[in-house]
Amino acid sequence: MENENIITQLSIFVSNEPGRLAAIAEILKNFNINVKGFNLAESSEFGILRTIVENPDRAFDCIRSKGVIVKKTDIIGIATEDSSGSLFEAAQIMAKAGINVEYGYSYTGKDSDQLFVRVNDTEKAIKVLKEAGVKLIKRSELQ
Amino acid sequence: MYWNEKMECMPVEEMRKFQYTGFKSLIEKLYNSNKFYHDRMKSVNVRPDDIRSLDDVRKLPFMYKQDLRDYYPTKLFNVPNTDIIRFHASSGTSGKPTVVGYTENDLNYWTDSLARALTSIGIGDKDILQVSYGYGLFTGGLGLHYGAEKVGASVVPTSVGNTERQLELMQDLDVTAIACTPSYLIHMSDVANKMGIDIKKDTCLKKAVLGAEPWTESMRTKIESTMGIRAYDIYGTSEMAGPMFTECEERDGIHISGDHMYVEILDPETGEILEDGEKGEMVVTMLQKEAFPLVRFKIRDITSLNHDVCECGRTSPRISKITGRSDDMLIIRGINVFPSQIEYTLMRIPEIGNQYMIEVTRDGALDNMRIMVELKPDMFSDKVTDLVRLRMRIESELRKYLEIAAVVELKAPGELPRFEGKAKRVIDKRVF
Ligand SMILES: [Zn+2]
Repeated sequence: MENENIITQLSIFVSNEPGRLAAIAEILKNFNINVKGFNLAESSEFGILRTIVENPDRAFDCIRSKGVIVKKTDIIGIATEDSSGSLFEAAQIMAKAGINVEYGYSYTGKDSDQLFVRVNDTEKAIKVLKEAGVKLIKRSELQ
Repeated sequence: MYWNEKMECMPVEEMRKFQYTGFKSLIEKLYNSNKFYHDRMKSVNVRPDDIRSLDDVRKLPFMYKQDLRDYYPTKLFNVPNTDIIRFHASSGTSGKPTVVGYTENDLNYWTDSLARALTSIGIGDKDILQVSYGYGLFTGGLGLHYGAEKVGASVVPTSVGNTERQLELMQDLDVTAIACTPSYLIHMSDVANKMGIDIKKDTCLKKAVLGAEPWTESMRTKIESTMGIRAYDIYGTSEMAGPMFTECEERDGIHISGDHMYVEILDPETGEILEDGEKGEMVVTMLQKEAFPLVRFKIRDITSLNHDVCECGRTSPRISKITGRSDDMLIIRGINVFPSQIEYTLMRIPEIGNQYMIEVTRDGALDNMRIMVELKPDMFSDKVTDLVRLRMRIESELRKYLEIAAVVELKAPGELPRFEGKAKRVIDKRVF
């Protein structure tokens, strides 16, 4: 059975063409894709829009059908009241287990803050975080 | 050593007579049997009788690449299709390809030209020549293949690709010479390094015949020193037949056999014939072609001529290294840059697609070049560092081949313009 704590993130390539981000937002809107969380990672010449959406499989097909570069990535969600403190704690637990955090971002939800992290070994990270009592977000909670 | 001493060392005046006779009969034949040439000559009021010396060739109208496209595929051919024994086609970056055809005689003179060229650089029956040019519609692979067989060399027809395997064969078969593009040879050397093979010590490779793309003297120096080989420039285009002419051991220009091809160098602006040593636009006439004649063809390459008799004893004129195309050369910070060089470099990077755009701007006295490329969807990493690293890798590859820095920008697929006709990939925003 698939691990219910693995969350599918859609990563979208955004070049620095003027209006590119707006065009992608338009696509999400036109397909009625419900965005539960997002983060824009930028370098000077391009960006990567990381999104948590409802029904990522359908959203992936919709976005790709518009010729946009999109990729599914497994991430972990941590439910927290204090995102910076939780990030520190989670990072320490994973570091002890030899897991690298590739990137992370927080998102303020309705009821709690959510911290999303991408690691080099998702299954192992879920295991050690759970053992340490960290509250992880289930995929079903995002549907 | 000569392959055809009579032709290669013919006294200059005798060769001019030979060329005039060839020209005269070619023009008479075309005027009487080929509508295209007949109409073109009529349009400038020139009849075969008006050609009374080799210099009268200048009265004839030019032929352009566009003519080849307009008369696609075989409307310029001068023999029935049943006499054609082979076709090749050039990949047109701009729309339709160009189709060329060969009679049996055409293949023979082409092969003969390469036999002369290979002999002039000391490749003969003791050699094992790996042909790493593409086989197929491209003329490079089959052309070199026939030429090498003619001089009795053992051919290893590897074509392009599967570089590890190529290196393995190069070692196992004691390959002594290779024919390929300069960028592919550099790639092979990089792959060899990764495999722990030192081409200098671990192979028998001594010579490389390199062409089909512009390359520089500094690339030659680098190739020769890292691989312990001698590298020779080869020239030819599919319209001429394919690769035909090389440098000799002196490596002071590419020998053009006069019985095969007549070369004029013109000032691209005024159309005046230029003196020896002056760089201009090359115009060629093929003197022996049957299937697909070529008279005063503007081949769009920039070079200069040298009529001095070479140290090697050959009397044929030499053209200097082709410095690129007359219609698209860019001068960036004083360095000649050809979009074709950029294209060859980009094509070898698997993460990006085939479309690209070049933008040149000037900041004070400094030229800046920005190259935009499209990322392939399946090569997308969602880590910023991966993409930045890819961008830096493309920039360093370009620096390696162009000897000039360019800024690379990654775009999403479909963001760069597509071209129906001739691609316009260069935007020069500089004000001079
Ligand atoms: Zn010579």
